[in-house]
Amino acid sequence: MKELIVAVLVLVAGGVLAALLSRWPRLASTVGATTAVAGSTIGAVFAARMLGGQAPARVEIAWNVPAGAIVLGCDAVSAFFLLPVFVLGAIAAVYGRDYLLHEAHGKSLGVPWAAYCVLLASMALVATARHAIAFLVAWELMSLSSWVLVTFEHERAEVRRAGWVYLIAAHVGVAALTAAFLLWGATTGTLLLESTGFALPANARTALLLLALAGFGLKAGLFPLHVWLPEAHAAAPSHVSAVMSGVMVKLGVYGIVRMTMLVGGPPAWFARALLLLGLVTAIYGVVFATHQRDLKRALAYSSVENVGLVVVGVGLAMLGHATGRPTLAVLGAAGALLHVWNHAAMKGLAFLGAGAVVHATGTRDLERLGGLLRRMPVSGALFGLGAVAVAGLPPLNGFVGEWLLYRSLIDGAIGGGAGAPLGFTFAIGALSAVGVLAALAFVRLCSIALLGAPRSPEAAKAHEPTPLMVGSMAVLGLACIAGSVAPGALVRAFGAATVSLAGVAPAMNGDVRAALVPIGVADVILWITCVAGVLVAARVARRARGRGAEQETWGCGYAAPTARMQYTARGFAELATGFLPRRVQPHVEIARPRGLFPARAGFVSRDEDPVTRDVYERVLEGLADRFARLRWLQQGVVHLYVLYVFLAVVAALTWVSMRGWGGP
Amino acid sequence: MSTVDTALHVALTLVAPPMLLGVVNKTKAAFAGRVGPPLLQPYYDLARLSRKGMVFSSTTTWVFVAGPVVALVTTLAAAVLVPFGARGAALSFAGDMILFAYLFGLGRFFTVAAALDTGSAFEGMGGAREATFSVLAEPALFLGLMVLVRLSGTSSLSTMLGPGLAHHWGVMGASLVMVVASFVVVLLVESSRVPFDDPNTHLELTMIHEVMVLDHSGPLFGVVLYGAAMKLFVLGALVVRLVLPMDTAHAWSDWGLFALGMIGLSIGIGVVESVMARLRMRQVPNLLVGACLLSAFGIVLLAR
Repeated sequence: MKELIVAVLVLVAGGVLAALLSRWPRLASTVGATTAVAGSTIGAVFAARMLGGQAPARVEIAWNVPAGAIVLGCDAVSAFFLLPVFVLGAIAAVYGRDYLLHEAHGKSLGVPWAAYCVLLASMALVATARHAIAFLVAWELMSLSSWVLVTFEHERAEVRRAGWVYLIAAHVGVAALTAAFLLWGATTGTLLLESTGFALPANARTALLLLALAGFGLKAGLFPLHVWLPEAHAAAPSHVSAVMSGVMVKLGVYGIVRMTMLVGGPPAWFARALLLLGLVTAIYGVVFATHQRDLKRALAYSSVENVGLVVVGVGLAMLGHATGRPTLAVLGAAGALLHVWNHAAMKGLAFLGAGAVVHATGTRDLERLGGLLRRMPVSGALFGLGAVAVAGLPPLNGFVGEWLLYRSLIDGAIGGGAGAPLGFTFAIGALSAVGVLAALAFVRLCSIALLGAPRSPEAAKAHEPTPLMVGSMAVLGLACIAGSVAPGALVRAFGAATVSLAGVAPAMNGDVRAALVPIGVADVILWITCVAGVLVAARVARRARGRGAEQETWGCGYAAPTARMQYTARGFAELATGFLPRRVQPHVEIARPRGLFPARAGFVSRDEDPVTRDVYERVLEGLADRFARLRWLQQGVVHLYVLYVFLAVVAALTWVSMRGWGGP
Repeated sequence: MSTVDTALHVALTLVAPPMLLGVVNKTKAAFAGRVGPPLLQPYYDLARLSRKGMVFSSTTTWVFVAGPVVALVTTLAAAVLVPFGARGAALSFAGDMILFAYLFGLGRFFTVAAALDTGSAFEGMGGAREATFSVLAEPALFLGLMVLVRLSGTSSLSTMLGPGLAHHWGVMGASLVMVVASFVVVLLVESSRVPFDDPNTHLELTMIHEVMVLDHSGPLFGVVLYGAAMKLFVLGALVVRLVLPMDTAHAWSDWGLFALGMIGLSIGIGVVESVMARLRMRQVPNLLVGACLLSAFGIVLLAR
């Protein structure tokens, strides 16, 4: 455990140093990024060793807080979530050094880098904290440091709004978690987050699980608690979006897993609820990913989808565990965990690619992009690679995790013979719909942004980002390819975590690896044939092009095509959004041309999340109206506020002492 | 599955697909009272295209070239997984049906990307249609396969379409009829035939697949046509095996039965194209939703 503490201290020290060097942005960035890489490397080595089969470690540090202590522990599950935190954290830091310098526009970079280092350190602590108070402090630090980063471009109104939404969501989540931990303490008599072997009463267990689902589900972005996610991910600097989407939201999943381990195994109803919630989240996320106009918002909705898929796997693992079906459990667990790692790599890559687009053009608006692959061939191709991976298509790593989830569901559908429940079967139908919708969403994203002709002067002047940025994207791209051709090695690496999540015999992990062998082979063959085929065809094509066989795109004989005649991002999604219920469709205002001499016509479409618009805003506005009637309490006089505090303390003391008299 | 069978499987996949188009065209000619093009005309077309030069749009990148090639490679890979008649597939493993469906997804991804690479409004339109209709076709395919999965208790195409299939027809014929109907719809829409798409249409606004490849020319266009024919062949093999589940216990008669089935299927497609007009674009989703529902009913029937 020493290495982990060293890593955290290095990160914090580097953050402080970066903050002190605020006056020199270049120096502060270099120091911040270097220490982030150094601390992460130490932490990653530790996490890899813990995953490699070392016995769980634990360390206790006295802390001068009532009822508090810093207790850190690391088992296979913690190590599993720690490793991507450090690996992606380091890669994104390298990328972020140049990216932030470019986006700073004269802003101080000390504080953002301090926040970045603290974010990495606090995520490491969240994954290892074994005491409720320490956990809540780390959780809060994680939320606040990421909030500082989300509001980096605070001069823009929509970023401030995203920051507000994120801050409120994070604190509602903390409230639920605080309630959960208080309940845990009250029932078990300890604030240590370790299995006590104490049989919890059924009611307390239900309440704990539901509170954890609310608190952690908010961070993970489960429907309908996902509304902060697209706003915050779009507003944050791209390398921060990569870290938030790649690892931070997964810590919400970690929390759910940890809580079910604490309460002594999941009940079947909770597993079914997770399965259903995961499917709904995946469908909702992917549907909205198909029609966003903002590149990073679309990626963020796809993160909602992928977290949904992970939760489906976790639900399957727990269901198998609770109902005694080890094959179902182990396939679901391995699928969920594999997808966590894969998603960190591929969504990290996709967000860094989006960052390269922002870096080159200064916009995230798909309708102003286009033709970027010609202007930034390397980073464009890497972004495309990430897009194919996130779309869940073979031969890339996103497919492997989904394949395991399918296998688990199929096992559920045929396990009970002819009388097996139909739920699993229809879940497969839903999963396949999610898969094709993801392909639709990503073929749209990368084709509209990268291919065709540039839709704006900025896009026409795009250029490759710096070598550090391209290099960090290339590393993630290689990780995606490695994950596709050698999935068995990954499954073996986190075998201990799979086994403890699924509650099965360690030997079963070997079965998963054996099942994955043909997929790995198929991916290798596909890679070779596709690459060879494209290379041969490109050679033939180059020879033809050399002979001057280049023409305008065919446009029915129209001789002067412009870039504005291309299909738009909105138009590409139009057919698909047409199937959606009206309330969920993007908001469109059309001013049709009227009369014989039409003067003005227009089309405006806005992407809002209907849950925010129709549920939260409506409810919160109603509440705000009610609260406005209490304005007379708020007089702006300090004496009065002291009086309120005094009255509240008296009331609390009275309640406590009366309760002492009243009886047991 | 012997070595000879494997070799025959691969050889048929490579050689036979254009023949299906020839049969379809002959059938349509017979209905129209014409002699029609020779049976081997699609082969002549491919040979002619391979000798031609290519023209490229000035906006395109390597993705434009990769589109047809990846579509062809993925279809070939899917062909290896699907059993031809009673002789099984060249390669099979548990869960290969998922790979089978996703391979078409990869091919579609690149076809659509290649279409959008030209920056043409027409091709964008075709790409959007292809991607959107597949959203409905894929669940129909998956739910139909799930009927077979539940019947056979395996997730490998070769086993679920293997020797036990004839028995399942006896027990659960009703479900299988629905699956066949649903697969025929998927087959027609995925290989862009009437009533969903007309390969012979000349109006860009009404095309799906053809409009995506407007800018491809020469050998590259040949790859597009060959890949499309192979897709028809692969999905057709799935339907043929479902309809002809018998196992003659003899290699050559099995292969003969399969060949007859494929010819019958092409004639069937030709008949459909001769007697039906293509649907209006807005009706296509309705029929696809119908296919999904058919597959879903097939599953519900199993659970009676």
